[in-house]
Amino acid sequence: MFRSHVLICGGTGCTSSGSVKIMEAMNAEVAAMGLADEVKVVGTGCFGLCALGPIMIVYPEGTFYSNVKIEDVHEIVEEHLLKGRPVERLVYHEEKSEDVTKAMSLSETAFYKKQKRVALRNCGVINPENIDEYIAMDGYRALGKVLTEMTPDEVIQTILDSGLRGRGGGGFPTGLKWKFASGNRGNVKKYVACNADEGDPGAFMDRSILEGDPHAVLEAMAIAGYAIGADEGYIYVRAEYPIAIHRLEVAINQAREYGLLGEDIFGTGFNFDIKLRFGAGAFVCGEETALMTSIEGNRGEPRPRPPFPAVKGLFGQPTILNNVETYANICQIILNGPEWFSSMGTEKSKGTKVFALGGKIVNTGLVEVPMGTTLREVIEEIGGGIPGGKKFKAAQTGGPSGGCIPASLIDTPIDYDNLIAIGSMMGSGGLIVMDENTCMVDLARFFLDFTVDESCGKCTPCRIGTRRLLEILDKIIAGNGELEDLDRLEELANYIKSASLCGLGQTAPNPVLSTLRYFRDEYVAHIVDKKCPAGVCKSLLQFKIDADKCIGCGMCAKNCPADAITRTDYIAPGHKLASFAIDPKKCVKCGACMEKCKPHAIYKD
Amino acid sequence: MKSLAELAAIREKMQSKVIIREGQAATRVVVGMATCGIAAGARPVLNAFVDGINKEGLTEKVTITQTGCIGICQYEPVVEVYEEGKEKVTYVKLDAAKANEIVEKHLKGGKVVTEYTIGAYKSL
Repeated sequence: MFRSHVLICGGTGCTSSGSVKIMEAMNAEVAAMGLADEVKVVGTGCFGLCALGPIMIVYPEGTFYSNVKIEDVHEIVEEHLLKGRPVERLVYHEEKSEDVTKAMSLSETAFYKKQKRVALRNCGVINPENIDEYIAMDGYRALGKVLTEMTPDEVIQTILDSGLRGRGGGGFPTGLKWKFASGNRGNVKKYVACNADEGDPGAFMDRSILEGDPHAVLEAMAIAGYAIGADEGYIYVRAEYPIAIHRLEVAINQAREYGLLGEDIFGTGFNFDIKLRFGAGAFVCGEETALMTSIEGNRGEPRPRPPFPAVKGLFGQPTILNNVETYANICQIILNGPEWFSSMGTEKSKGTKVFALGGKIVNTGLVEVPMGTTLREVIEEIGGGIPGGKKFKAAQTGGPSGGCIPASLIDTPIDYDNLIAIGSMMGSGGLIVMDENTCMVDLARFFLDFTVDESCGKCTPCRIGTRRLLEILDKIIAGNGELEDLDRLEELANYIKSASLCGLGQTAPNPVLSTLRYFRDEYVAHIVDKKCPAGVCKSLLQFKIDADKCIGCGMCAKNCPADAITRTDYIAPGHKLASFAIDPKKCVKCGACMEKCKPHAIYKD
Repeated sequence: MKSLAELAAIREKMQSKVIIREGQAATRVVVGMATCGIAAGARPVLNAFVDGINKEGLTEKVTITQTGCIGICQYEPVVEVYEEGKEKVTYVKLDAAKANEIVEKHLKGGKVVTEYTIGAYKSL
């Protein structure tokens, strides 16, 4: 028996902040202190609070350590594991917490309190490379139940009743998708595919599930195979996710060894196996038809629908394709029943949703909340608000396919339909928070630049249309825009939406349209006043020195790479040295002077 | 895997090993492991509890943690047992043999070993 378990996050976030080394050091220290037989060190998936990594939890106390460094390991082992005294200085404290000396356990923090973990239930709890730990958490029990107690139609009905909708972005009812592909079982070769080509900038929900709980996806795919009558599955995962790929490989091999994948599973005669295919990083391959084309070994380009994949998918056969997070919900629905699932969420959006919180927010990381949670709860309570006391300006959901939600709509309950109604979309779950220092025109340009790069080029509206949109935005940002450009943007955006072949082009103009809808005044300021209100667009701003504040120290001139700053003859009242001034013709607007100016005499205008 | 029973067997075997992470065990055994406790021999006591609880198959019910000095250094090694809905029991001046007895009688049998409690010691 191990009296204590030390869980160390092995997700990508914490791995890049050094958790692998910490784990090695932990094992060495524990052995050196003679505790190896009583303390178990476990590498897990993502805990969600990536901003504070590397993260470590010590059970049974549940003590939550954040920002652990390799130098701290010795102290944790000697003080906490040997003597039972938690290392206070490393224990996570919430800034707002009144009782700051309290050793915070994970579940007590505001970050976790409002969360409801269904898809992420095992992430950060089990060792993802150990199938036994997954089984201990009721793993593969849903598959057993389905194979021995339910007919395929009952499985589909259960998923239909749960109200589960696709978590990849579109929000199509999962049960319906399965039903469409369920005809002619046993006579037709069919496939189950998993979309793990997570491409939105800033989104990492799927990666964390694959890294933290890979068996949940494998098990759900086998259940889907039973439901529609398929014996083969493909997971299409980005090659840029090496940890996820490694853990999937380990999981698939372990499941095969146990006979949970392969032939005659549980002695029921049901066969199912899963293969991995790696995406080479093309954003368009997250689109279902392009993804399947890529699995087939061809260039990843979309094709027109219909026929839908349920009729003619992978290798021309009926196929269901679901997102990682969608699969991660399936086993829980089977085990707990569709009523349990549909009791969470809103009328038309059931269950929970995982969001990757990023941008200007204190708790960068991964959160899972019931559908219908408001943006305010997610940002202010779970996310801990905006750093530096800045004001919330907008949030972007759905990445380059979505839109922004302005501060005035912060109390909107988040679900599929509400987000569409306010001109954004759920997307896969990226949630980027922006403060008052974000320029919305620049933001639209950023996402459009991404889609222009990622357009596969097959259809004209997307290939050429998005480029023209980008050129208009560039013109506005450079200070050469005209008011007519706004009408052009809108007209062209709507053409691209209605005429593009696939989801990439159909949604690419959304960032432009939604910023135009909610922040038109910022566009107008760029065009008419030739000013960027947020002080971001460099062509529209000038760096200036307030001569009365300048103490004449010369730090600005010393640091100017363009020799644009020179001393004037003016000595401000009360100062000894003459002030400096910036020559706007020479200034390259790098901002180096502003950073170095001690009396804060330099400002953007 | 050819049957659900095989799966259930693995689940049962493993559940006792991961339940510690749920933090819901009904009983907590807290061993004083400050300098005074360690000097008085808390390590063998802790080890005896770990082995005993494992041997008796009580891992789903009982967790073991350590704590610092609670201020009665002359009585170390001190161990406190917290059970849900019951008053805590403080054992003093323990050794490995006494620890084994406590596992056997108290944690497994549900009967407090009164002679090792602080009350019994004081009244001597």
